[in-house]
Amino acid sequence: MIPGTFDYYRPQTVDDAVGLLSKLGEEASVLAGGHSLIPLMKTRFASPHHLVDLSGIGDLKGISVEGDDIVIGAMTTQFELIASEELERHIPIIAETSRLIADPQIRYKGTFGGNVANGDPGNDMPAVMMCLGASYSVSGPDGNRDIAARDFYQGAYFTALEHGEILTAVRIPIPAPGHGSAYEKLKRKVGDYATAAAAVVITMAGGTCTSASIGLTNVSETPLWASDAAALLVGSSLDKASVDAAVAAAEAITNPASDMRGPAEYRTKMAGIMVRRALERAKSRAKG
Amino acid sequence: MTKSHIELTINGKKVEALVEPRTLLIHFLREQQNLTGAHIGCDTGHCGACTVDMDDMSVKSCMTFAVQANGASITTIEGVANADGTLSALQEGFRMMHGLQCGFCTPGMILRAHRLLQENPTPTEDEIRHGISGNLCRCTGYVNIVKSIQYAAAKINGTPFQEAAE
Repeated sequence: MIPGTFDYYRPQTVDDAVGLLSKLGEEASVLAGGHSLIPLMKTRFASPHHLVDLSGIGDLKGISVEGDDIVIGAMTTQFELIASEELERHIPIIAETSRLIADPQIRYKGTFGGNVANGDPGNDMPAVMMCLGASYSVSGPDGNRDIAARDFYQGAYFTALEHGEILTAVRIPIPAPGHGSAYEKLKRKVGDYATAAAAVVITMAGGTCTSASIGLTNVSETPLWASDAAALLVGSSLDKASVDAAVAAAEAITNPASDMRGPAEYRTKMAGIMVRRALERAKSRAKG
Repeated sequence: MTKSHIELTINGKKVEALVEPRTLLIHFLREQQNLTGAHIGCDTGHCGACTVDMDDMSVKSCMTFAVQANGASITTIEGVANADGTLSALQEGFRMMHGLQCGFCTPGMILRAHRLLQENPTPTEDEIRHGISGNLCRCTGYVNIVKSIQYAAAKINGTPFQEAAE
């Protein structure tokens, strides 16, 4: 399978990339790791006339602690997320999620920014970013702006990113020390998208849950932030009744498609089970 | 569409070429460089038969444009034997442990295992199986592939080879 023809650009700065996208217009696409876009181009579901490869822009790579946040450059690869000691120490759910994405070869090339920004409801990072309350830094022809992850996803492949804008970095507030987290993903095989998956971050104090956040992957047109479900846990000891109620509330907001991963009812139920398992594991990891 | 000029290193040799931007790395290697060791299996990024080593990463060359490899250093199966022409530890492992039947996946398996052993010289069986999870084999059931990689790891480390459980 051979893609349609296109011109190729590898700018060295974000400004140059933004300028190119402005100049080239709607027929231009951004290329990051390429492992979502190139398959679409090979099957001719996408035929951009111009490809702007971001891999030459050094500023888009890297993981740094800035005050109470961790900032991850958009072109940082899944492999680099897994290898980061900084990330493992402060927000271990990110590497835990990365390890469940695709396969080793794809994790070397696949980028964090591509995963959060391309709007595929099957991608794993968006629900984790919603769960963590991340914000996305975006550069475009009219300057820079920040978009909350929880406001970013509007439909399948449809996000708050305007044409001509580039996601440059993701800023994630570091969860409280001693927090517990887990990402639970049900998939049919290595490399598959989730049948259903759940991200959980909680803090505990004296056996009582003091904060909770839950994100859901691939059980709707967009990733979901299950705020009502999480609110039912705060103030509880994560006893069975509270967890049952939260699981039911999480299931209630799902709206999965029936597809080769199973009928909608099954995927909704699996979303509940992923929430339950993620809560158990997050609780076992939380201190306090 | 303008062709792009690329310069890269393939198996230690400097190569310059003009490529159409849409030329996939696998087609560039096979058709312009006559390096037919890397195979096109699924053509969709799932099977790993096209795996090559690019700047110390295992890469699926059917999911990469040749222009993206501009400036890169690439190793293919044609470049893994020892300098004197004898088999590398991994090649020997696949031969001794019958790590292949039809052989179609083998170049990708060996290149992937090469990078795995660079990053983790003493992998457990579980780490090997996860490490090659992006490479499909439809013949062996993987048992002998795992043994082949264990054989190579032992040989490289100078430790006794212990077979994986059946």
